[in-house]
Amino acid sequence: MSEPGTLRLTPLNAAHRQLGAKMVDFGGWDMPVQYSGIIEEHNAVRRAVGLFDVSHMGEIEVRGRDALALVNFVSTNDAARLRTGQAHYSALLYEHGGFVDDILVHKVADDHFFICVNAANQEKDFEHIRAHNGAGADLEFASEGYAQLAVQGPKALPTLQKLTPADLNAIRYYHFTDGQVCGVPARIARTGYTGEDGFEIYIDPAQACRLWNELLTAGEEFGIKPCGLGARNTLRLEAKMALYGHEITASTTPFEADLAWIVKMEKGEFVGREALARQKGQGVSRKLAGFEMRGRGIGRDGYEVLIGGAPAGWVTSGGPSPTLGRNIGLCYLPREAAEPGRPIQIVIRDQAVDAITVPTPFYKRA
Amino acid sequence: MYPQQYRYTKEHEWVSREGDVGTIGITFHAQKELGDIVYVDLPRPGTIVEKGKSLGSVESVKAVSDIYAPVSGEVTEANPLLANTPEKLNEDPHGAAWLVKIRLSSPDELKDLLSAEDYQKYAGAE
Repeated sequence: MSEPGTLRLTPLNAAHRQLGAKMVDFGGWDMPVQYSGIIEEHNAVRRAVGLFDVSHMGEIEVRGRDALALVNFVSTNDAARLRTGQAHYSALLYEHGGFVDDILVHKVADDHFFICVNAANQEKDFEHIRAHNGAGADLEFASEGYAQLAVQGPKALPTLQKLTPADLNAIRYYHFTDGQVCGVPARIARTGYTGEDGFEIYIDPAQACRLWNELLTAGEEFGIKPCGLGARNTLRLEAKMALYGHEITASTTPFEADLAWIVKMEKGEFVGREALARQKGQGVSRKLAGFEMRGRGIGRDGYEVLIGGAPAGWVTSGGPSPTLGRNIGLCYLPREAAEPGRPIQIVIRDQAVDAITVPTPFYKRA
Repeated sequence: MYPQQYRYTKEHEWVSREGDVGTIGITFHAQKELGDIVYVDLPRPGTIVEKGKSLGSVESVKAVSDIYAPVSGEVTEANPLLANTPEKLNEDPHGAAWLVKIRLSSPDELKDLLSAEDYQKYAGAE
């Protein structure tokens, strides 16, 4: 934990405090965990629109003739398949197949990729990529140059459309455009971490406050709410989106984390490929599974999971699902047990409480 | 804000005494810090609780927090309201959403607790 006063701040820190946000130390960043309440904020995103400050996220630019070669060598997905203006979810792995981080790769041009990475991992990620930059691509740690706001929910589009001439309807899911928002240059990506439609907007940090306030005003008629990390977590859990440090860590692989779809083994050599090939040959021994509590209580991160009374795994994320009104979670289980409909128990405060594995995602938008 | 006749702990519980029975709850400050409360785990009647030891837990969306017994004794009643409507703890922590009633085994323990005024100062400074 960082000492008070050494926490990193986003350009919106004062705005959050003015809104009465409860602030927490999130991986060394002073971030809002909630404003009006996690459930209210969660519901605003599911039913209307919510606004998140995610300026703590890191950005890395890869440019030059060898940009594609470097991106493809350090990440698991196949960036050669991206068209200009398209983005995809991917991962940086160690040689042993564990996660350095999960990332979003945007193809800006044939010789320019823009990577969004987790806040607490950004320096580590940059060093990792640099250490593998044998080809000599032009690599830039660009986090200082970007603030990021996420507008999420069924009313995200009409909210943001008021502030930009870009035709937002024309931007498909996991695509982006470089345009203007509130008259200033912005990268507008139709991406998010909530399971809803929405946009993530990358802009000059000096413009962040103005854009934040303009978005809150534009979304007023829809009931927009500023949302904190608390709602971000319940939303992403319902959508079964992985969180670094929980579902994915240095000691878990994409196959174990049910993320085989972001691994393109056939694209050629990449860091971690050998370990993954080995694991593919042998089959994974454990796998991520969703569960719902049947007994009273909430299975939380780190709690032990039992099958038939014997230790079988652990919970990676767990909590109440405001949308479903049930207590849900994700856990690692032996591969053969990681299928829906399996009775398990979660050890909650020394008591084995009944739960059952269920299909995921827990929530999928209509 | 904080009822004068209650006594408080630095762990943000309160006790209200009537004869040899103490009613225990968590404070307004505690529920505010926790945020939306979604689950309350309370001991069954007959459970013996010891001052300073965990007697149950309160869970918000984000986290689980222990409730520490501010006084020792035997649980005579757990608030049935909280089983299905834990959110009442956010709405009325000093009243309808009390947690348990305890038959006090050492009523003198109450003397060690904070007055409303001292607690308010403590919670405000925290």
